[in-house]
Amino acid sequence: MRTLKFLLQKEFRQIFRDPAILRIIFLVPVIQLLVLPWAADYEVKNIRLSVVDHDHSKYSRQLREKITASGYFQLNDYSSSYNSALHEVEKDRSDLILEIPASFEKELVKEDQSTLFMAVNAINGTKANLGAAYLRSIIQDYNREVRLKWVQFPRFSAEQNIEITSSNWFNPLLNYKYFMVPGILVSLVTMVGAFLTSLNIVKEKEIGTIEQINVTPVRKVHFILGKLIPFWILGLAMLTIGLTLARVIYGITPVGSFLTIYCFAALYLLAVLGLGLLVSTYTGSQQQAMLLSFFIMMVFILLGGLFTSIDSMPAWAQAITKINPVSYFIEVMRMVILKGSSLFDIRYHLLTILGFAVVLNGSAVINYRKRA
Amino acid sequence: MEKSFLNKKPNGSPGDGAVVVENIVKHYGSNKETVQALRGVSFEVKKGEMFGIIGPDGAGKTSLFRILTTLLLPDGGSAIVNGHDIVKEYKAIRKEVGYMPGRFSLYQDLTVAENLEFFATIFNTTIEENYDLIKDIYSQIEKFKERRAGKLSGGMKQKLALSCALIHRPVVLFLDEPTTGVDVVSRKEFWDMLKQLKAQGITILVSTPYMDEAGLCDRVALIQNGQLLSVDTPQAIIGQYNRPLLAIKAQQMLRLQNDLKQYEDVEDCYPFGEYHHLVMKAGYREEQLRSFLEQHGHHSAEVCTIQPNIEDCFMALMKN
Repeated sequence: MRTLKFLLQKEFRQIFRDPAILRIIFLVPVIQLLVLPWAADYEVKNIRLSVVDHDHSKYSRQLREKITASGYFQLNDYSSSYNSALHEVEKDRSDLILEIPASFEKELVKEDQSTLFMAVNAINGTKANLGAAYLRSIIQDYNREVRLKWVQFPRFSAEQNIEITSSNWFNPLLNYKYFMVPGILVSLVTMVGAFLTSLNIVKEKEIGTIEQINVTPVRKVHFILGKLIPFWILGLAMLTIGLTLARVIYGITPVGSFLTIYCFAALYLLAVLGLGLLVSTYTGSQQQAMLLSFFIMMVFILLGGLFTSIDSMPAWAQAITKINPVSYFIEVMRMVILKGSSLFDIRYHLLTILGFAVVLNGSAVINYRKRA
Repeated sequence: MEKSFLNKKPNGSPGDGAVVVENIVKHYGSNKETVQALRGVSFEVKKGEMFGIIGPDGAGKTSLFRILTTLLLPDGGSAIVNGHDIVKEYKAIRKEVGYMPGRFSLYQDLTVAENLEFFATIFNTTIEENYDLIKDIYSQIEKFKERRAGKLSGGMKQKLALSCALIHRPVVLFLDEPTTGVDVVSRKEFWDMLKQLKAQGITILVSTPYMDEAGLCDRVALIQNGQLLSVDTPQAIIGQYNRPLLAIKAQQMLRLQNDLKQYEDVEDCYPFGEYHHLVMKAGYREEQLRSFLEQHGHHSAEVCTIQPNIEDCFMALMKN
């Protein structure tokens, strides 16, 4: 016990003497939480639109005005030649082309139907997809408005119409920040837990101090605990900073209890600390550990459901997310913060993470041989 | 002798040495490219002895030390340190030996005092308990005790490392090239410190690439390419040297060496400071050598007979 106490004391002294580590621990969460939620926005705004109007009628003008009034689109140019609009797309000054045929108004009034053409710049997939969808719904809306004008009340409309209204549960205003902030917090906790640990252990290998420790009677378990406990505490401290910032800056207060979050985080940190330990057993220098960690972190974040929905991933990628602890924590954070899930609701997540903790730490200990 | 005291183990360890090494083999690498670091090394270090392992870089000194300090498993052979087997009883050995690696391996971001305290604690002791042992060494760096270890000079780092290796009063002390990269004055100071430790009854194994330090040991083992060439007292090793040895100096030293290698009575010729050392075959004639030198234009050659030192012996052993 006395040995462990001194190992911990030494570890904390070293951590707090390293200005770079301190900066990472306290500044990174602040900066990430201040900047990322504003930038990592799913909503697509400022879609640049080129309108090719061959009709120049009242109806075509109304349609154009309705589109630009929606706030999603910026009218880039208004021309009467498709080729000049395409040229704008080629110059990357425009994302979408809407072509209105010459007889648009005439056909709509006389024949009760007309056709519009839409061309999408698919270089930026998200923007193209969402832009086209927005435009389609605006045009449908316009279509309904036009029809409503013609239908004379109280005459019953011959046309059947299903209108859908929706309400957003758990995040009524669809504020994506409520969605992003918990996820970003998870990536921060993971970074401290897994990667600072592995770097710390590998540093001892690199500068040779581990040799000096290995010729002492220090027990393997004490040495490992001496490494894990400080980062476990730092991980929870980082989570606390993050939750405080989420509250102060974004007004995000968990609907569920803090106890649930901390219980899960405590267990989760055990799992990622095990991962850090495992990385350190496979690497011999801080550079190697850094690169390996970077690789793992990329996979974890991109396949963790932080930016993209797991349900829309292909089956093989969904299978990978099953063995990605980050995806479980992100899900739990969102469940607890937005939905108010209790410990009982996340019991399967807890069990899975417990499994990760056992497997990762177990294999790390087996791999960590005190004697080369 | 103290045989009964040291042979307390029932089945009896071979010999009464503090360190008994038998036929240790170690190789690195996979099947394709194996490097033989140690090829069957055997020797015995007596209790309280200062034992030097002398050899060039890459001879296998560090591998041997790492095996004896239980950091590395040998591929063959066995060794006993202070009565404990290095493989089966490594835990006991770790409590009883001190090891100072060739590279400074203390925590650079902890202060001098913190490092010492840390190592005292993990050996389950305190600085006060064993202060008398390290007093002479530690008192020299004590005024820098609040300084971080990484900011110390080379000589001070070495003193701190020695203090940390001694803080638990080890029975056997392993020093791997402690004086490599240290200035001449500090080297001398360091060997004086070792003498004092030896006087306290600590068995010391020290490796060094410097031949001149061999004479300061009780016994030395000369090692090359993972094999021991000779294990004996420095005096005995020098005593075994049975060839006439000359020191020679002339205007053109390189040409002199090349010319002398052509001379039939010359066994070896190598530079040694400002002279060349010239190993002659028994029964050579000095007049013949001088006329040979004249013939080759080394007119002002200075030749004198000298006593061999340990380096000459090492060179001779390496040749065989």
